[in-house]
Amino acid sequence: MSVFGWINDQFLRMTWLNDLVGQGVAGIGLDPASRLGGSVQFFVYDVIKIFLLLSVLIFAISYVQSHFPPERTRAMLGGRSGLGANVLAALLGTLTPFCSCSSIPLFIGFTAAGLPLAITFSFLISSPLVDLASVILLASIFNWPTALAYVAVGLAVAVLGGTVIGKLGMKNQVADFVRTVPVSGNVETMTRRQRVAYARDQVAEIIHRVWPYVLIGIGIGAAIHNWIPQDTITALLGQDKWWAVPLATVVGIPMYADIFGTLPIAEALVGKGVGLGTVLAFMMAVTALSLPSMIMLKRVVRMPLLLTFIGVVSTGILTIGFAFNEITHWFI
Amino acid sequence: MIIKILGSGCKKCIALGENAKTAAAAVGKEAEIVKVTDIAQIAAYGVMSTPGLVVDEKVLSTGKVLTAEEIGKLL
Repeated sequence: MSVFGWINDQFLRMTWLNDLVGQGVAGIGLDPASRLGGSVQFFVYDVIKIFLLLSVLIFAISYVQSHFPPERTRAMLGGRSGLGANVLAALLGTLTPFCSCSSIPLFIGFTAAGLPLAITFSFLISSPLVDLASVILLASIFNWPTALAYVAVGLAVAVLGGTVIGKLGMKNQVADFVRTVPVSGNVETMTRRQRVAYARDQVAEIIHRVWPYVLIGIGIGAAIHNWIPQDTITALLGQDKWWAVPLATVVGIPMYADIFGTLPIAEALVGKGVGLGTVLAFMMAVTALSLPSMIMLKRVVRMPLLLTFIGVVSTGILTIGFAFNEITHWFI
Repeated sequence: MIIKILGSGCKKCIALGENAKTAAAAVGKEAEIVKVTDIAQIAAYGVMSTPGLVVDEKVLSTGKVLTAEEIGKLL
């Protein structure tokens, strides 16, 4: 086995932890091969692994993020247009804080500074959809090709979605107050100590916010993993069912969860033979189109623009879902 | 003086509010702490990352929790 593969297995996939938990489960008299034993093993292993990885990743990523406050991002994007600007916006979106609740002040700040809607929306779509933590967790749960493919298609949705929205000329669909917002140019600077403190605070804050969703996600994952028969899952979401991708998308939209909560569900579904495209569509729908963020967005844009946003992003997610189901065998 | 804390009610905003109160007391000024939670109002200050600290309608800091000493210097 290559060195890289070994590092991947030990640190990201934590195969040793799974074995250890398996032994522990057997130690308390449960057979890991049985339903109950298997569920307990899945649950305990995933809880420890995800929270461990999350803490380390959020710390590292927050440190990097502290170099890219919104004011700086806005300055980097200012005065640009065209496809290259959309790509840059989508990439910077991956570096922003995880919560979609911080997207709205960003939207207001960007629009007030005169950034085109195309660029603002590329940023807004990519921000909850793709971030470094989710990529590394995807690599941990599936493998690197899957994780990189997710990044690539996530960025593609952001770039194309932003471009399409820009082309539709909906500048007048932004709430009036947004245009009158003052634009302050000063960028806060931080010392290294402040960055470390910031990163530490982010870990505490994000874990505090997401832990219920992660536990629920892992619980559902464990249930799918061991209690719901494979036949039921494939009858509903099997790769040969044309409705699998739309169903996964529609179910995902009203849900509000961080991507971290959806990963264990995705893991369990793929284990039951559900297509990778269906699972990716579900994850993207949950993160990019959640109901609470729609409600927030409604306050700053008018209905036609909101519906266009939902339409464009849904189309992107469906396309990705169908396409990936055709090529699932390349990855898994 | 009126100290406004901009933020959607997160823990950090509460911490910043407490620090501001301490700082104001330390420099011996009468301060009223006002919490601004509405995104439209927060945005109206041109603030993109919360928590934000506004003293007498002037934005002093955004996106971080300043300590009482740091706020004291700004006051």
